[in-house]
Amino acid sequence: MELTGAEILWECLLREGVEVVFGYPGGAILPTYDAMNFYPVRHVLVRHEQGAVHAADGYARASGRVGVAIATSGPGATNMVTGIATAMMDSSPIVCITGQVPTAAIGSDAFQETDVTGITLPITKHNYLVTDVHDLARVVKEAFYIARSGRQGPVLIDLPKDVQIARTEFVYPEGPVELPGYQPRTVIPPEDLERAVELINSARRPIILAGHGVLMSGAMRELREFAERGRIPVAQTLLGLGNFPASHPLCLGMMGMHGEAFVNQAIQEADLLLAFGMRFDDRVTGNVKTYAPKARKIHVDIDPSELNKNVRVEVGIVGDLKAVLLELLPHVEPVDRSAWLEQIDEWRDDTRRRDILNWDGGGKLWGAHVIHDLWRATEGNAIIVTDVGQHQMWEAQYYRHEHPFTLITSGGLGTMGFALPAGIGAKLARPDDEVWVVAGDGGFQMTQAELATAVQERVSIRIAIINNAYLGMVRQWQEFFYEKRYAATPLVNPDFCKLAAAYDIPASASPGGTRSSPPWRRPAKWTGPC
Amino acid sequence: MKHILVARVENKPGVLNRVASLFRRRGFNIDSLTVGETEVPEISRMTIVVDASRTDATRVVHNLYKLVNVIAVEDISEQPSVVRDLVLLKVNADARTRPEIIQLTQVFRGKVVDVAPESLILELTGEEDKIRSFIEVMRPFGILEMVRTGIVAMTRGSSPNGHAVARGNGSVV
Ligand SMILES: Cc1ncc(C[n+]2csc(CCOP(=O)(O)OP(=O)(O)O)c2C)c(N)n1
Ligand SMILES: [Mg+2]
Repeated sequence: MELTGAEILWECLLREGVEVVFGYPGGAILPTYDAMNFYPVRHVLVRHEQGAVHAADGYARASGRVGVAIATSGPGATNMVTGIATAMMDSSPIVCITGQVPTAAIGSDAFQETDVTGITLPITKHNYLVTDVHDLARVVKEAFYIARSGRQGPVLIDLPKDVQIARTEFVYPEGPVELPGYQPRTVIPPEDLERAVELINSARRPIILAGHGVLMSGAMRELREFAERGRIPVAQTLLGLGNFPASHPLCLGMMGMHGEAFVNQAIQEADLLLAFGMRFDDRVTGNVKTYAPKARKIHVDIDPSELNKNVRVEVGIVGDLKAVLLELLPHVEPVDRSAWLEQIDEWRDDTRRRDILNWDGGGKLWGAHVIHDLWRATEGNAIIVTDVGQHQMWEAQYYRHEHPFTLITSGGLGTMGFALPAGIGAKLARPDDEVWVVAGDGGFQMTQAELATAVQERVSIRIAIINNAYLGMVRQWQEFFYEKRYAATPLVNPDFCKLAAAYDIPASASPGGTRSSPPWRRPAKWTGPC
Repeated sequence: MKHILVARVENKPGVLNRVASLFRRRGFNIDSLTVGETEVPEISRMTIVVDASRTDATRVVHNLYKLVNVIAVEDISEQPSVVRDLVLLKVNADARTRPEIIQLTQVFRGKVVDVAPESLILELTGEEDKIRSFIEVMRPFGILEMVRTGIVAMTRGSSPNGHAVARGNGSVV
C-alpha cells in the first residue's frame, strides 16, 4: 500500500507498541500531526518541548518501555535539548522525533532551520536525519531497537517536511534489525568470572555498590540472592534506590556526597567493592585518589567504556548484570562476615542518634519530616518523581524505597524542572499507581506551565512543593563554601495555592510552625501542599 | 608510546563527524586520523594514531565502539605491521643546491615530482621516523610548504584488520 512518510511513521510507532506520545506541533511537523488523527495513539499536548521529553523520559522510567516525544523544527527541537541530555545521562530509552525544513532547503538557513542532528550528536545514543522516505520504516525500527537495547538511551529522528509528505509503498522491515556496528549482546569471559569469585569468597569486608543498572537489567532478585548468600551489605546509588528493599537488614541506603556518613565510612574501610551496574560518578566517589583505598574492585557494567574510566578496577566484567549475577551466584560461598556487619551497625547507630527525625524540629516544619510523613502516608508504595535540590536528597534519604521503579529523578544531569513533566509521564505509564511529584519551589517554577498539561489531559498526579523560599541546595553550598554570602538564592514566590487555583487544582499549604500533617490523603485529584 | 588503531566504519554521511566529535567531547588527543575507501564499498577505514602518554588508547577503543556506525576497532600497535605516511615537501632549490637535494632525496628513496626554477616538490613515503629525518635533512635548504597524509597501517600476514568479532571487553554497546 502507498503511504506518506507521516503515515509510515505512525504505522511504525504502532508496531513498536506506542500508545502515548508527548509533543507540541509546528510548521515542519504538521504533516505528521495531520496523519496522527487516523491512528489510535494518545497525544499529550505539553506546554514546552522540554516538558515533552521529560514526560517521555518519566514514561520510560516508570514503564520500562520506550517513551516518545515529538516537536517541530528549529525552536521546537532546540527546546528538547535539556530533556534529551537528561535522558542521556540517566540512560533512559526515548525516541524524539523532530520536524525539519524540506531537504532542498537544508543548509540554507531557512525559516526555523536548525542543525538538530549536529546539536544533539553528543547527547544522543544515536541520531538520524532521514532524507529518503524509503529509509523511514527501517530507521524508526532501528531507533527503537537502539534506544532500548544495550546501555539504553535517547535516539533522535529528524524528519524533513518533504519526507513526511512523500509517498511510497509501505513495506515494514520484518525480521531482526541489522546494524553491523551494533551488537549489544556480550559474552562473559570465564577467566574474569573465576577471578571475581576468588576475590568475593576471600573478602572479609565486602560491600555491594548497587546502581541503576540493577533496575535496567531487572536483576533485583539476583542481587538480593547474591547479598543474602554472601552476607554482603548493599549500598545504593541515587538512581539505584529501590533495587534492594530499604527494610532489608543488609541494606545500607544511599552512598556518596548525599549519603549517610556510615555508608561512606564502610566503603572507605571495605576490602572489596562489588560495583554492580553503577559508574563511579564523582558524586559517589568524591576525590578518586582517596576513594576506598583498601578495597579491591570488581566492576560489572554493560558499557565497556565505563570500566576503568573513573576508578581503576581489578576485575572488569562487561555484560548484562542479571546474566553476570546468574553466572556468579552458584559460586558465592556463605562466608561468616558478622564482625564486619556488626562494625557497620555500630557506625550506623551513631548516625541514627544524630538523625533529624529524632529531633522535634524546633517548632518548624522541616523538609526531612515532610518526606518522612509522605512515606508513612503512602506506606512507601507511591512512585515518587523528584526535582533537583535539597528536597531531592531528603527524598532519597527519608523515603524508604521498598520496591523497584518507585523513584524517578534526574541523577546524572541534575535537571531542575524535571519532576512535574516526568511525573505526568510516569502517571500515564502506570495509571493505577499513586504518583507524587516532589519539587522545590525553585525547580517547580521552571516547568510549572505543565500544570495546564496535567489538567487538560486529566492526569491525576499529586504534587508536593517543598517551599523554603530559597534555591536551597545552592544556598547550602554558599553557607558552607562561600561564608554565607547568599547571592541570588532567595526566592520571592507566587502563592502556590492561588497558582493552583488558577488551574482549578485543589491545594493547601502547611505553613511552618508546627509539624502538622499535610493533607496527603485528600480524595482530590491533585493536591499542592506547600 | 604511539598506539595505532584501525577502525572499520560504515561509509555513510556524517560518520567522520561523529568520530571527530567523540574525540573532542572526551578530550582525546589524537596525533593523526586518516579515512579512506576499503575493498568493500560500504565500509571506510580509519587509521587513528593516539599518543598513549596523553590519552588512554583502550578508552578510545571502547568509546569508538559506542558509535553505532563503527563496525570494528583494533589496536594493532603490538602486531607486526606496515605503517606508512606520505609527505610532500616544497623546498627552495636553485642551480647550485638542486643536485644535492635530488641526491639526498634518492638516498631516502623519495621522488622529485615537480621542478620549478626556484623550487622542487619532493615526495616521500615511509614510516614516521624516516619521514621525520627526511624533513630535518631538507630543512636547511628552506621548506616553503609541507603536507603529510597522516599514518595508514596494515598488519602483516593474510588475516585482515578490523574483522575481529566483538567479544568480551571489545563488545559493542
Ligand atoms: C536547570 C538547572 N539550573 C540550575 C541548577 C543548579 N541548582 C541545583 S539545586 C538548585 C536549587 C534548587 O532549588 P529548589 O528547587 O528550591 O530546591 P531546594 O534545594 O530548595 O529543595 C540549583 C539552582 C540545576 N540543577 N538545574
Ligand atoms: Mg527551595
